[in-house]
Amino acid sequence: MIKIGVLALQGAVREHIQMLKNCGATPIEIKRIKQVDDIDGLIIPGGESTTIGKLIVDYGFFDKIKEFANLEKPVYGTCAGLILMSKRVIGESIKTLNIMDIEVRRNAFGRQIDSMEVGLKIPKLGEKEYPAIFIRAPIIENIGEQVETLAKVDGKIVMVQKKNLLVSSFHPELSDDNRIHNYFLNLVDKIL
Amino acid sequence: MKEIGTFKVKTGLAEMLKGGVIMDIVSVEQAKIAEEAGAVAVMTLERVPADIRKAGGVARMADPQLIKDVMNAVTIPVMAKVRIGHFAEAQILEALEVDFIDESEVLTPADEQHHIDKHKFKIPFVCGAINLGEALRRIGEGAAMIRTKGEAGTGNVVEAVRHMRLITSEMRRLTILSDDELMTAAKEMGAPYTLVKYVAENGKLPVVNFAAGGIATPADAALMMHLGAEGVFVGSGIFKSENPHVMAKAIVRATAYYDDPEILLEVSKNLGKTMTGLQISQIDEMDLLQKRGI
Repeated sequence: MIKIGVLALQGAVREHIQMLKNCGATPIEIKRIKQVDDIDGLIIPGGESTTIGKLIVDYGFFDKIKEFANLEKPVYGTCAGLILMSKRVIGESIKTLNIMDIEVRRNAFGRQIDSMEVGLKIPKLGEKEYPAIFIRAPIIENIGEQVETLAKVDGKIVMVQKKNLLVSSFHPELSDDNRIHNYFLNLVDKIL
Repeated sequence: MKEIGTFKVKTGLAEMLKGGVIMDIVSVEQAKIAEEAGAVAVMTLERVPADIRKAGGVARMADPQLIKDVMNAVTIPVMAKVRIGHFAEAQILEALEVDFIDESEVLTPADEQHHIDKHKFKIPFVCGAINLGEALRRIGEGAAMIRTKGEAGTGNVVEAVRHMRLITSEMRRLTILSDDELMTAAKEMGAPYTLVKYVAENGKLPVVNFAAGGIATPADAALMMHLGAEGVFVGSGIFKSENPHVMAKAIVRATAYYDDPEILLEVSKNLGKTMTGLQISQIDEMDLLQKRGI
């Protein structure tokens, strides 16, 4: 069975764990860096990017996750996870992992009052719209070479993939549609 | 399809705060200290609860200009409190586009019979509760997040412990009741039947449940997390301590690693003087904040 770690420092950990169980994978809550050696793929969940960013540095995850991604192991970041995986946050000095060749803007749709549910077209997942939940969500303003855009909202990029790396600015773990988690698990399966 | 202000979007923000610490602040400078320490959100007030208790008089919503300044100064979500039942204060905060509203017993209640109809707002609300019935009534009114009331401004965790233990044990009890006992349970608790049924089936609240009211040390935060809190609010505990930055950072780490005694030991050292605590028995029954708006 595929073992997927969910970085469990802060945020929507439980929802990802449940979703992974529903998809038939074995989820593991990651709180210690040595646990990373045992997993086939990693999810960095939504939460507060400032908070998770600080804890990542304090508890040794900064280098560990970079190393994991550089081994071409699959990593999926949702919302705060996307921000932390990016190369740079536009207009801010937040320290990111710089493992995904994208530049992002935080809270790009506005404050909480602008948080929204959107029926999202993701051609790779089929015709049926995906119920995407955006919470104070970031957008991807610039993408590097070999980065493939998977979804947009009003012309703004909200989901991309580069080989083993996947990011979305919305929260599939808050919906009841498991297509994105299955897509990620397929990615892990292919690399294994 | 594109929709804002749905219940899913409101509870979604609360879900993102899980495992985190929300800190009371009274100035832009304190907000920046909180953000720097790793707070998941800040709660803007005119005075922290310990000072509200000392000052007496009527405590109201903070000056919207102060809240606005805080919103401009930090990137984390900004919360602010309104008086129980004071929907006009809430409308003002919605117009300001604050991220979360706390309909709070820490401020002087504006209505002793009714809470705000929170379904009418696009901004999510958090409310305090001392037991399960109260928590479910608030959710029935539209609250997207619950916290224990504890006894704010005391630096004494005993009431938060009492409320968290009671809520979890009442939830456990519902899970073993048969279907035909649930309506009676709903009647006894004064809670909406559908929500009672939800808890009976799922063993948890339909929204996130944080601890609040009297948390003053990293160990207090860890204790509350062990008892089932999904995160903590710290009011006076940080900015009434000798070294707020160190205390704030320590409580953030203790909340994330509540089940790791080695890390708790590390962050509990050399914190300086903690806030002066208050025995609950020293407070007049009339002055207990937790008795407001149940």
